[in-house]
Amino acid sequence: MKIVNVTHGSFYAIGAYAAASMTAAWLAHGYPPMLSYAVLVVAAIVVAAPFAILIERVILRPLYSRDEVVILLVTYALFLILEDVVKLIWGVNPYFIAEPYALLGSFQVAGMAYPTYNLILVAVALFFGGGLAWLLHSTRAGKLLLAVIHDPEVSRAMGVNVGRYYLATFALGSLLAALAGAFTAPTVSVVPGLGVEVIVLSFAVVVIGGLGSLPGAAVGAVMVGLVRSLSVHYMPQVELFVIYFVMAVVLALRPRGLFSLAEPRKI
Amino acid sequence: MKQGRIRRDHTVAIAFAVFVLLAALGPWLPQWAMFIMTVAVARGLVVLGLLLLLRAGLVSFGQALFYCLGAYSAGALGRFFGISDIFVEMLVGGAVAAATAFVLGFLLARYRGIFFGLLSLALSMILYGLLVKSEALGSTDGFNILPSTLFGVRPGPDWVRYAVLVSAAAVALVAALAVHRYLNTPLGRLAPAIKDNEIRVEYMGASARRAVHVKYVIAGGLAGVGGALAATVVGHIDPEMAYWTTSGEFIFIAILAGTGNVIAPFVGALIYGAIHTMAYDLSPNTWQMTLGVALLLLIVFLPSGLWSAFSRFRWR
Repeated sequence: MKIVNVTHGSFYAIGAYAAASMTAAWLAHGYPPMLSYAVLVVAAIVVAAPFAILIERVILRPLYSRDEVVILLVTYALFLILEDVVKLIWGVNPYFIAEPYALLGSFQVAGMAYPTYNLILVAVALFFGGGLAWLLHSTRAGKLLLAVIHDPEVSRAMGVNVGRYYLATFALGSLLAALAGAFTAPTVSVVPGLGVEVIVLSFAVVVIGGLGSLPGAAVGAVMVGLVRSLSVHYMPQVELFVIYFVMAVVLALRPRGLFSLAEPRKI
Repeated sequence: MKQGRIRRDHTVAIAFAVFVLLAALGPWLPQWAMFIMTVAVARGLVVLGLLLLLRAGLVSFGQALFYCLGAYSAGALGRFFGISDIFVEMLVGGAVAAATAFVLGFLLARYRGIFFGLLSLALSMILYGLLVKSEALGSTDGFNILPSTLFGVRPGPDWVRYAVLVSAAAVALVAALAVHRYLNTPLGRLAPAIKDNEIRVEYMGASARRAVHVKYVIAGGLAGVGGALAATVVGHIDPEMAYWTTSGEFIFIAILAGTGNVIAPFVGALIYGAIHTMAYDLSPNTWQMTLGVALLLLIVFLPSGLWSAFSRFRWR
C-alpha cells in the first residue's frame, strides 16, 4: 500500500503479550495444554484486530493523501503510543510460557537436538507466505488490491471500494504481525521493548528484498536469518550490526532492494 | 511566505536579540533550567541540520549517527588526550562527523524518499552495533567524560552551567546565521526545487546529487557539534545515542518546529525538552504516549510545524 508502517512492531508486541497472557491463564486453569496453540492464535487475533481497525479508520484514513514520509511519521507516533498502552495493559514484568514449546519435544538431526516447535514454525511461515502470494495473484480480491495500490483514483473510478481494500490490507498485515508475535511468544520471554527490536529487523528484511515484494521479503528474511546465525557462530562480536551492514551493501548495489521493479520517472 | 509581497526578514535581529537576552538573564536562571536549555541547544543544532535535509524532502532516520560520533569524539578527546575544552570538543566533534558525512554522502546522495531514511538508519545502527561491542569505549555502559573547561579555565561550580550555556548559545547563533545565509544562496534555494521535482532541477543544469551531498555534510557536521555539546553537558555518553529512537526524537523536534526558519529548531527543541520533562514528571510510565499523541496532533493539525502557526498569526 506504499505505507511504511512502524506500528507493525507494536502489533507484534501486542500479539506476543496477548498470546502469552491468555495462554498462561488457559494453562493455569488446567485446560488441555494441546489446545494452547489454538489459544495463541485466537488471543492474538481477538486482541489485535480492534486496534488495527481503529487505527486505520480513525487515524490513517484522513492522511493517505499525504507524503509517504508523513505516514511513516504518523505510524511512528502511533508506535510510541502503543508501546505505552502495552505497558499499561500488561505491566513491565516479563511473561514466560514455555509449555507449547516444550510440549512438542525435539528430534535429532545429524546428532543435534532440534525443537519440533521451530520446525512447525517454518512450515507455518511457508503456509502464510504461500497463502499470501496466492491471495494476491490468483484471487479477484488480490488482483483488485494490486490495482488499488497502483492507482487508487482510477480504481475508484472503476467502482472499486478503495477504502475497504485499504482497511482489509492494513488489518491483514497487522494481524499477521500479531500472529508472528504470538508464535514467537513461547520461544522467548515477552518483555517491553519487543516491538522496537523486531521493527528495525523487519525493515532490514523488506528493504533488502525490495519494498512491496513478497518473494523479496522471503529471500530477505532468509538472508537476514542466515547472516545472523553465521555471525553468531563465527564472529559473535559483529552479530548486532551485521544485518544493517548487509542492508547497506544491498542498497549500495541495488538501490531499491533485490526484487524491486523499475520505477517510472515523473517529469 | 507565499503571499507574493516582499516582507522584511527579521531572523538575524531576532536571533541576536534572543542570544543577548539569554546571556543577560542567564545568571538568574535556576540550574535545572540552564541544563534543559543547554540540552535543547544541542538538540537544536542537530535539528538545524535536519531542517536542511527536510527542505529538500529528505528525512534522515540516522542523524543519531553523527550525533553519537560527535559525542564520542568529544569523549575520546578527554579520555585519550586529556582535552576538555568545550570549544575544541565541539570543533572536533563537528569535524569528525562532517568528514564521515562527506564519505557516506557519496553513497547516500543517490537515494530519495523512504530509501534515504532507511539507509541512513542502517548506517547509524551499524555504529550502534560497533560501539556496543567495543570494550575500550565502555560497551553498552559508555563512559563519563571530563568536566568541561573554557579556553583552559575551569569556571567555578556556580558558573559552569552558565558558561556552558552561553558558549553553546554562541555556537548555535553562529550556526543558525550561517545556515540562514546558506538557505539564500543558489545552492540553498535548490532544496525546495529538489523536493518538488528533481528532474526539472537537472534540466536546469544543476546537480541535485551534489546539492544533497553538500546538505548532508552540513547536517552531519551540525549533528556532530550538537553531540559533542550534549556529551559535555550530560557528562556521560553511551551507544544509545546512535540508536534509531534517538534519530526519531530529532525528527519529532523537526516536525514540531517546522522547517520555515532557522530559529525554529531551537524553539522546537526547548518545547520538546519541556514536554519530555513534564510528561516524565507527571507519568513516568506513559511519557512516550504523551509524545506520540503530541506528534500525531501536530502532523494532523499543524503540518508545517509550530512555526507556521506563529507566522500565520503574525503576517496575516
